[in-house]
Parts: sequence; C-alpha cells; structure tokens
Amino acid sequence: MKNQESEVVALGIRKRVFEHTIKNNGGYLSQACSAADSLAVLYEDVLNLGPSIAPEIPAPFGGVPAPDNPNSFTGAGYHGEFASHYDRFIISPAHYALVIYAALIEVGRMAPEGLKMFNKDGSSVEMIGAEHSPGMEVTNGSLAQGLSMASGIAFARKRRGDEGRVFVYMSDGEFEEGQTWECFANMAHHKINNVTCVVDYNAQQCDGAMSAVTEIGDLVGKLKAFGADAVLVDGHDHDALREAMNRRSETGPVVVIAKTSPFQGMDYLQKRFPRLHYVRFTSEDEKIELRDAIAEQLGVNVDEIE
Amino acid sequence: MEIAIKPYVKSFIDFASQRPEVLCLSADLTSSCEVDKFRDQYPEQFLSCGMAEQNMLSFAGGLAMEGYRPFLHTFAVFLYRRPLDQLINSVAYSNRKVRLMGFLPGITTPGGITHQAIEDVAIMRAIPNMTILETGDATEVETVLPVADAVDGPVYVRVLRGQVPRLFSTPFEFNKLRCLSEGKDLLVVTSGICTEEALRATAVLKEKGVGVRHVHASTLKPFDKETLLEHMSQVDGGVITLENHTIVGGLGSIVSEIIAEEGIGKKLIRLGLKDTFAHGASKGYLMEKYGLDAKALVEAVETLSGQKTGITADDLAEARIDDVHSAAKAEAL
Repeated sequence: MKNQESEVVALGIRKRVFEHTIKNNGGYLSQACSAADSLAVLYEDVLNLGPSIAPEIPAPFGGVPAPDNPNSFTGAGYHGEFASHYDRFIISPAHYALVIYAALIEVGRMAPEGLKMFNKDGSSVEMIGAEHSPGMEVTNGSLAQGLSMASGIAFARKRRGDEGRVFVYMSDGEFEEGQTWECFANMAHHKINNVTCVVDYNAQQCDGAMSAVTEIGDLVGKLKAFGADAVLVDGHDHDALREAMNRRSETGPVVVIAKTSPFQGMDYLQKRFPRLHYVRFTSEDEKIELRDAIAEQLGVNVDEIE
Repeated sequence: MEIAIKPYVKSFIDFASQRPEVLCLSADLTSSCEVDKFRDQYPEQFLSCGMAEQNMLSFAGGLAMEGYRPFLHTFAVFLYRRPLDQLINSVAYSNRKVRLMGFLPGITTPGGITHQAIEDVAIMRAIPNMTILETGDATEVETVLPVADAVDGPVYVRVLRGQVPRLFSTPFEFNKLRCLSEGKDLLVVTSGICTEEALRATAVLKEKGVGVRHVHASTLKPFDKETLLEHMSQVDGGVITLENHTIVGGLGSIVSEIIAEEGIGKKLIRLGLKDTFAHGASKGYLMEKYGLDAKALVEAVETLSGQKTGITADDLAEARIDDVHSAAKAEAL
C-alpha cells in the first residue's frame, strides 16, 4: 500500500535541497537523493514525536552550552517535547543537516524561511549541524558518536521505564569507525533493545565510493554477529522501509540498512560519480546543465529557483 | 602519619548508594579502581562498559542527558588520550554532568608511558567547561565525591588509591587553597602526591630557618587565584611549584599565568616532569629520578634563595615519618 504523504514529503525534500543547492552554488545534494525516502517515512509514518515546540523560524545561535549561559538551546524541540511515550530521533551524520532541515520543513516542523539562515553567520541553521541546529538533539559532527550517545539515552529511558524508542539516523561511512562496533557490542551486552538505527547505505563517502575507500563488507552479517537485528531493505521503497523500521527485538537494537542510490530522483548526478559528497560548480555552464536536467526530472520550474 | 587503606572503596559505596541517579561505569579496571565491592553490592547501579573507552565516553554523555550522573572509573590515561574526541564532543561541549574518576595519576604507576597520565591536567585545562580536581591525601579521596558531583558540568578527578597517607583533617573544599605553613621567605605550591613530599622538605627547611609558606591546591580548574595572590604578597622571595605532572600546562603553568597576568615580579621554579615522558618503575624511584621529591624541592629553595641550606639526604630521610608508607609496595596494576 503506497502512502501518498511520505512520497510527497520525499519529493519535497529532494526539490528543496536541489533548489537550495542551485541558489547557493553548491550543497549536499546526493544525500538528499539517498536519504529523502527514509527520512520521509521516519518523520511521516514511523517516529512517534510530539508537535514541534521550537520556533518555526530558528532562533539565532544562543552561545555555547556553559554553566553561566542560560541562553543556549538544542534543536531537539523540533522533534517535540521530551515525554516517556514519545520517541527521540538522533541524527548522527551532521553533514546531512540541509536534508534534515528540508525534511523538517516538508513535515511542517520548521518554516521554509528558516532555510534562508542556512550557513549564515550568527545563525543556528549551520551547514554541519550541531546540537543547537534544528532537529539536532546532540552534537554529532565527529562521526560515530551519535549512536553511542543514543545508546546512553536509550539505556536511561529503558531503566526509567519509558515506552518511547530512540531512533538513530546513520551514514554507512560510520561503520568504518571503531566506536560504532564498540557501541554495538555494548548494546548487546546490556540488552539495549529500544534503539532503532536507520542507515543510509548509499556506498558513498567523502573520497568517493566506499569500495575504493574502505570496503565494509557484509554489513548485515557483521551486525547480526554483534547481536543486532539487522535487515537490508530497498531504501527507496516506502512500504519496505516502514515494515523494517517497525521491527522490534527482545535482545538488542534493530538496524535497518536502507540500500540507497546517491542519484535517486536526480539521474544527472551519475555524471559526477564518484565525486558526490558535496556538489559544487566550477562554471556557470556546468551549473545550468545540472540545474536544467534535474529540474526537469523533479518537475521544478527553473524560473522559480533564483 | 596515618596510612589509610583503599579509602575510595567505602567512600564511593557510601556516596553512590544514597543517590540512585548516580551510575558507576567501568572499563575493565573495576577492582583496580576500587569499585569492585560497589559492583558486588549494587550491581544494578554498576555498568561494565568493557575495554571501549570511546563508546563509554559518548554513552555517558547520553546517560547524563537523561538525568543520570555517570561516574566513569578507569586509569586516568584512558579517560582522555584515546577518547579525547568523545570527551570533547559528547561530554564537554554540552556541559554534561559526567564525572571522570582518573586513577593512577602521573607517575603513581609502574606501568610506564602507556599508563602514566603526565599531561592530563594540561589537556583537561584546555577544554572549556571542564573542572579539574586532584586529591592529595586520604581525606580528600574520602570527601571529593560530593564536591565533584555538585559541579554543573563535566569533572575530571585525579584519584589516589591503595595506601594513601592522611594529611588533612578537614574535607575537600571546592576551589580553596589549603595553607599548610605560613613562612615569610618563599612560597611553595603543591598538588596531589607532591604535597606529602613537600611536607617532608618544609619540616626540615623550617628547622634550618627558612620561612616556607606552603599551600596545597586540590582544585586546578577553576583556580583560587585570589588566595594565591594573597599568599604571594606575604613572602619576600619567589615561588616554587611541585606537581606530579609535566611542568607544561599543569600547576606550574597555572601559577606562572597568574604571576604574568598580575604583573608580579617574582621568580618561579616549576618542579615536575621537565617536558619528558617517564618510564615504568616505582613511585619513589621516579619521584627522585625526575625531581618530584623533597630533595628537588630543597635544591629549588637553594637556587631561589642563592643560599645553601646544609640539608642532607639524611635530614630528609629522618623527616620521613611514614615508615608504613615506605614499606608499601609499588603501586601494582
């Protein structure tokens, strides 16, 4: 059964990130291709979040957290209030920030105007999200720490008897970090079973294709050996994602490995393979060619972008 | 001088058992950090995190975010060297109430380079939001826990274990220098195990007519600057610092920064590891070899004053009133 709403949200994320990338002469575009579907399904259908309690237009940066700074804040409010029955959603790859902001806008948790503050001095809508950025609950730019922090949150919530789960969005490159495996071992040892990881397995990282950087091999097999309930699904099939994200395990975390394409919905990007991590333009012609091709596929009117 | 045996054991049990939101985390060094009895008596409050410090630091950040106050137990080196990134991003930036209990500070372990936290204070001082405490005797070990736990943010504590001398009769006070003698000639500032060592020297120095003013620092960040300035104004001569740490970035640097910033025209001698690694050997041997002992302090006093004191090694040996201490075996792993 197709859920119309999540498909609409996914397309909206791709369009918004695309338009922003064109307007700003660059951006994390391929992450929108790979992650839009899983994020749309999470926000639209899976996560049990309260209504946003954060300002529709994000507040300026409130200063770093410190005992003498009452003005610092986190972006957790965009995921609703903290309550025992609600889920929390930790986004580990903080460089997905633009895609997350787009998703928050598409599901009505942030005003579209908020994106105008992206990467502007003094704004909390930072390029690499930190805990004050919309939708960010902890500081995650140094990869692989999000899962460990999430497991601490989950352990605490389970100990307290909370019903809500802790969802963690991860990028596949984080499975190259040793800390990730430390964390899975620890979660199995302590039977932390209220964590669900959703992995954007787009097989891309900063230097290019993962196979050329560090091959991570049989991820499902490795994760199962570490005590996780791991499943590989088509990361662009909303029904499959929904079903997998609703799995529960008695003994350990659930890991949904969403096999994705870094070109999904923007076929033109294949021309740039394997340099996809951050799309920038070296000439106006190059930009216009990319713009026109992708705009046509997404159904965007190029005259409305600039 | 009384030698207390494993003062941390009972202190932690008494402290944590009354506070259900305190969690005891350990990274495979549970008995080495003297929390094995706690583990056995309160297994529900104890979390074995395995030899996985990176995860432990970030995991603790998550626990603290949810209102628990994790007390991490491992050797001091393992709290900040490998997991420094996690310490900064998962704990310190967010000002989480994570308590880092660092055992075997400096050269108190024969474990050598891999086990000796000799630059921990320097590194921790450079991290915003971090508070640094250092215990110097059994009383401070017994009373540091509520002090650390009252801090709104992360705390790093250098904890002494095993056979620990009792020097002080009053509890650990946050950010307050202890004045141990009130001479008028020169000022000696010490911390940790070096305070006991300095006491030996100051006893003999006083007999020889040298007016040593001696203060003990147990809070290294923040630092009780006002009291230090007051003490500096009370002596005619210079200042000597003595620490179980490299002279770069620790107590000696703290004092030198204050002297420089306040424009105080006093000469300073920093005693400690002189920008060198140490190696695996007994505490007594290393303190002598690297100039962290009473003899080094006496020599620094002579350098500062330009006068020989006539104090001999025998004088200092006689001042060692701790035959129990000298009989203690080297701190084993």
